[in-house]
Amino acid sequence: MTNLQEFERHPLANYLRVERFPHIWCEGCGNGIILHCFVKALDELGANMDKLVVVSGIGCMGRVAGYIQCDSFHTTHGRPIALATGIKLANPQLTVAVISGDGDLFAIGGNHFIHAARRNVDMTVICSNNFNYGMTGGQCGPTTPLLSYTTTTPYGNIEHPFNLVHLAAASGAVHVARWTVLHVKRLTESIKKALQKRGFKFIEVVSPCPEIYGRRNKFGKAIDTMKRYREIAEIRHGYAPSKAEITSEKIVVGEFIDIEKPTYGELLQGQFMRFNKG
Amino acid sequence: MPVRIWRTPLNIEKAKLPKAEIHIIKNQCKGCGFCIQFCPKDVLEESEEINERGVHPPKVVDESKCVLCSFCTSICPDFAIFVVEKLCEEEC
Repeated sequence: MTNLQEFERHPLANYLRVERFPHIWCEGCGNGIILHCFVKALDELGANMDKLVVVSGIGCMGRVAGYIQCDSFHTTHGRPIALATGIKLANPQLTVAVISGDGDLFAIGGNHFIHAARRNVDMTVICSNNFNYGMTGGQCGPTTPLLSYTTTTPYGNIEHPFNLVHLAAASGAVHVARWTVLHVKRLTESIKKALQKRGFKFIEVVSPCPEIYGRRNKFGKAIDTMKRYREIAEIRHGYAPSKAEITSEKIVVGEFIDIEKPTYGELLQGQFMRFNKG
Repeated sequence: MPVRIWRTPLNIEKAKLPKAEIHIIKNQCKGCGFCIQFCPKDVLEESEEINERGVHPPKVVDESKCVLCSFCTSICPDFAIFVVEKLCEEEC
């Protein structure tokens, strides 16, 4: 039996473009696990793939748009949220999901992120956080922890990193969660919950980057990073996002924010109805 | 017997453990070892053979120990392993 024939028997093969596999991600990269969890969540919800749009930006995680069997867009650097806003407003029937990396969403597309969260545009944003720009060679980014080594900070990083969940919560997201790639079942449940909710939902996934970030910081192989996640991850639902920090001793994970708020699309529709009565 | 079970379940004669069928797509494996490390029942181990990518894919040690938790399926970044329930005849 060939590889492809064998892969077609995989229970989730219907949701993937099987001819494009094996994917480009490195050995032990967490992006494959995030893709699996997303697809598994779709499978468990029985999602209509004709009504789903996946948008991704540039970077390692940006490749995800090419692997899911639905209408998907691989957009310019930092602009997946801008494009997703347009898609959602043009056709409110669609479910829109943005899956991208930390560099794409928070460095290049930082402004799009905070304003989409402020407006509460109905979309699900999943961010794979590997603490550096992996695809371009491991440069220092806005999430690189203090005093860690990257290609552009050979003596240690002296910039304070973003706390992504705090940023999302402060900007007005209605559902904010953080998981590591080790928490596969909880991450799947969180994605399911987010896909069923209305408003701007944000899920940060801490992911190992063994070949580039891990190598420079002497974290060992991907499996050593995963074992470390098991030791230091602390599940705290409803914890204040401002205190939920990622340090070398502790990663606070859980679902932090779960509120209801009218979305941008609904308010726009309401205004449209009010002024077009006649 | 674990402490939390205080009495024998009434339907213990009828209850059957599900049988698992583990499929490994050997040439898709990149050898990260997550499935071997995080299997709660230690069903898998690293094999001797080398696949197309030059790594050792996992092999099944004892399929009957598998309890179908599907953690290996979820944790595999390369979609190279999956577990399905074995649909068996009356005998098994």
